[in-house]
Amino acid sequence: MNEKKMRTLSAERRHKKIMTVVMAIVCILWVMPVIMVVLNSFKFNTFVKTDTFALPTGEMWAGVQNFVKGMTFGNYPFWKSALYSVMITLLSTALILLCCSMAGWFIARVNSIFCKILYFLCVFSMVVPFQMVMFTLSKTADTLRLNTPWTIPIVYLGFGAGLAIFMFVGFAKSIPLEIEEAAAIDGCGPLRTFFQIVVPMLRPTMISVGILEIMWVWNDYLLPYLVLDINEYRTIPIHIQYLKGSYGTVDLGATMALILLAIIPVIVFYLACQKYIIKGVAAGAVKG
Amino acid sequence: MKKRLFILALCLVMVVSLLAGCGGDKSTTENQGEDTETASGSVYWLNFKPESDEVLQQVAQMYTEKTGVPVKVVTAASGTYSQTLTSEMDKSAPPTLFNIGNMEGVKTWSDYALDLNGTAIANELNTDAYNLYDENGKLCSIGYCYECYGIIVNPDLLEQAGYSLDDIKNFDGLKAVAEDIHARAGELGFDAFTSNDMDPSSSWRYTGHMINLEYYYDQEGTTWTECPATISGNYVDNFRNLYDLCVENSLVARSELATGGHDAENEFKTGKAVFFVQGSWEWSAVSESVPNATMIPYYCGVEGEEKAGLNCGTENCWAINAKASEADQQATMDFMVWCVTDPEASRMLVDTFGVMPYKSAAESTNGFLAVANEYASDGCYVMNWATNFQPNVDAYREVFVSALNQYNADPTDANWETVRTAIVDGWATQYQAVNG
Amino acid sequence: MSKPKKKTGMSSLERTTRRWWPLFLGPVTAAFIIGFVWPFIQGIYLSFCKFKTTSDAQFIGLGNYVNAFQDASFRHAFWFTALFAIVSLVIINVLAFLIAYLLTQGIRGSNLFRTVFFAPNLIGGIVLGYIWSMIFDGILSRFGTSILLNTRLGFWGLIILVCWQQIGYMMIIYIAGLQNVPGDMLEAAKIDGASKLQTLFKVTIPNVMPSITICMFLSLTNGFKLFDQNLALTAGQPIAIQAGGVSVKTTEMLALNIYNTFYNSNAAAQGTAQAKAVVFFVLVAALGLMQLAFTRSKEVQQ
Repeated sequence: MNEKKMRTLSAERRHKKIMTVVMAIVCILWVMPVIMVVLNSFKFNTFVKTDTFALPTGEMWAGVQNFVKGMTFGNYPFWKSALYSVMITLLSTALILLCCSMAGWFIARVNSIFCKILYFLCVFSMVVPFQMVMFTLSKTADTLRLNTPWTIPIVYLGFGAGLAIFMFVGFAKSIPLEIEEAAAIDGCGPLRTFFQIVVPMLRPTMISVGILEIMWVWNDYLLPYLVLDINEYRTIPIHIQYLKGSYGTVDLGATMALILLAIIPVIVFYLACQKYIIKGVAAGAVKG
Repeated sequence: MKKRLFILALCLVMVVSLLAGCGGDKSTTENQGEDTETASGSVYWLNFKPESDEVLQQVAQMYTEKTGVPVKVVTAASGTYSQTLTSEMDKSAPPTLFNIGNMEGVKTWSDYALDLNGTAIANELNTDAYNLYDENGKLCSIGYCYECYGIIVNPDLLEQAGYSLDDIKNFDGLKAVAEDIHARAGELGFDAFTSNDMDPSSSWRYTGHMINLEYYYDQEGTTWTECPATISGNYVDNFRNLYDLCVENSLVARSELATGGHDAENEFKTGKAVFFVQGSWEWSAVSESVPNATMIPYYCGVEGEEKAGLNCGTENCWAINAKASEADQQATMDFMVWCVTDPEASRMLVDTFGVMPYKSAAESTNGFLAVANEYASDGCYVMNWATNFQPNVDAYREVFVSALNQYNADPTDANWETVRTAIVDGWATQYQAVNG
Repeated sequence: MSKPKKKTGMSSLERTTRRWWPLFLGPVTAAFIIGFVWPFIQGIYLSFCKFKTTSDAQFIGLGNYVNAFQDASFRHAFWFTALFAIVSLVIINVLAFLIAYLLTQGIRGSNLFRTVFFAPNLIGGIVLGYIWSMIFDGILSRFGTSILLNTRLGFWGLIILVCWQQIGYMMIIYIAGLQNVPGDMLEAAKIDGASKLQTLFKVTIPNVMPSITICMFLSLTNGFKLFDQNLALTAGQPIAIQAGGVSVKTTEMLALNIYNTFYNSNAAAQGTAQAKAVVFFVLVAALGLMQLAFTRSKEVQQ
């Protein structure tokens, strides 16, 4: 009996070892596409297509030339689009977190028709695809001059409020009222109560919402493409999509170099905040 | 009470700060608008040719430095001009100067085009050949340059292969030369044609240019004045002759063309091929390495084509936005006149555009346009740009390219029939889509 | 929890908070109206209009909807999208569940593997499209073809792309679900002598049903709403040309079809495009409501 148990245990251990090896191989395959980008970003243009899977050696090696070229590729400096991407993402996320946490808590605490309507509309907006409003939204945004990186966060707040408010309301409802009541008795106004007592408790939801919004805004292509004044402001996805449309030969090597530059910050962000990202995704999905 | 006031004040602060960025920006742009309107207006040129963007930016800057009038030049990405124009026209600061390059554009945008008859810029013209009028005789847009296209030839390489230009006077001559060079490519070190990529960066050389031979002969001696609802397609097989010849006898195999990635211009410049299907705007790029480069017509097996000349015309026509403020219109007009009269500016523009049909503009140095004139003075017929009539042009060409790609993947007669459908039936379909 | 309290009347806390509504709700409401409510209402109205720019709309009734349904490319896009959504749903969920299951078996390096599998999800659709078109080009050019030349290749190319992107995401949700399976139930099954497979189907899967529902709907709606990847990878190519010159972009999905109808033609089809967008909205919203109903009914049972 004991021996048998031992045997199954060691069999299980061996089994697990095999699984680890299998998973490791699958993982290496999984990151292959990114490795291909790295390899090809160091090749001369003509070899990207003919020798996609080869190492960039010998006459293929282009050094950092592709990166240098890529910086000004497509008649638009890459650093500018990167800057706008960062700016828009941070501003939009900050604005959404601030305004939506306030609104979410308020809706959870105050029982009025207006709150109910707003909440209902928020939930409703979550199922509306962007194509439904893209034409009219880009027109409205232009009329109101929301077409700059400094003002587009308002559009993001409007179109992205749904999920954030939904999550904040859900969480705020689970916070016991007693603490706030105690604060009120101590003479705290709602504003102080919110910022000093509720916000610290909302932190986990803040992080989840923040992560979801950052991922959305950073990768979003169509909304900024239609709303921003495209001749002056481009984000990274717009910049990359533009490369395809220009006259003359598309330099694949330089394109790959740009793609690499575009995903490096994402990878750094991911490795730094991995725990929160995975938590945030799980939370967002379960609720949304 | 106090509390309420405090709340109200706070809300105000919130709203103001929310709109701060927007408000601040708005006020500055509005101020600009006011300033310039009272002063002299401003120019916003929506340009449709990415390859001339750089020079236009320089010219715009020059003008602003000289006169203080702001000139903004914006270039739409290739294949997106009409889309960009549609969305820009809907904006609060629409283009004041834009391009109406063909009759379809006239139809769509004539409401937005100022009548240029008798204006300062029209008086500077030395020919009426490149102007576009709507059905009421309104001069909607005015040519600012014209171009020609055909097959660019490197005469030195031709000689090395044992031929001269006199051997190529019709399709049979071209075919014999090209096929022989292609067969001996290994020994000669160069091939007949450069690569003929069909990706968006290069496919317009066929769907926007070479196909002109079909349309030109389809006119049967007349000249279209507006987009016909249908075309006969009688010369589609002549197009096939030339297209097949190019594709079969080139550096790059047919099956690799769809995704592109080859650099035809560079192949020609580095002497890897004799023939290069392109136009006069390539002169500045090519003339340095191949100073005696010349151009021959599209020979395609039509009777009497020994008398063919180059394809001459333009899509480059200025239109002034009729809905812009009067000050902006005036500023735009002044800018245009300056472009074609100022020696320095017109020099720069002529060097990038090839030639500008204006009395006081700089002389053309473009070798290909000189060739076009030679053909004309030798009594050859000029092939007008019937491609300008392509209905719903981006969609039409996209389908056309796709059909050619299928044909290149499997060059059978059945697949050629699909190409024919795209050219002929596609024309009718797109005509219907636009004219309903 | 707090409901019974509220029924007894407004608490003083609520009353004081209430007065602050312009501060708490004002900004969101204003932005929400600009960014959603007004464009939505205008969008519905415009779907009944003929227009080129928003300022010259002319009411024409249901004509746009008739045009939309008569449009062969729209019908094709619908079936292509539906097929795509279902195939991607099956593949993504099976693989994501499998990986999640293996990673919760306590094998070494699980955390590292999880990190790697999730990573592609952070890369945006446009960039993904470029990465994969490079890879597909590299492979397919060897066979003298391209993803732009063959509808079938385009379809599977898109499937591979979204699998790579979304499996990690779904896996996270499944892992969260699997970790919530009560340990004593698994223990009990083990003691009862149930095989691993039996445990999986009789204990584990019923317990992760909520996660499964969520993931199924997520991948279904993601499939229906796919745009960036479609644009960057195939852009709808190749185009099938039917006799008579009618052409259909064979790998064009609904969202891209709507976009192209809006912006990529000179034909005055903006009204039709807006009508298509409304139809698309109804479709996606129906899926969303179905999901809501599903999860609600599950919650009630629990």
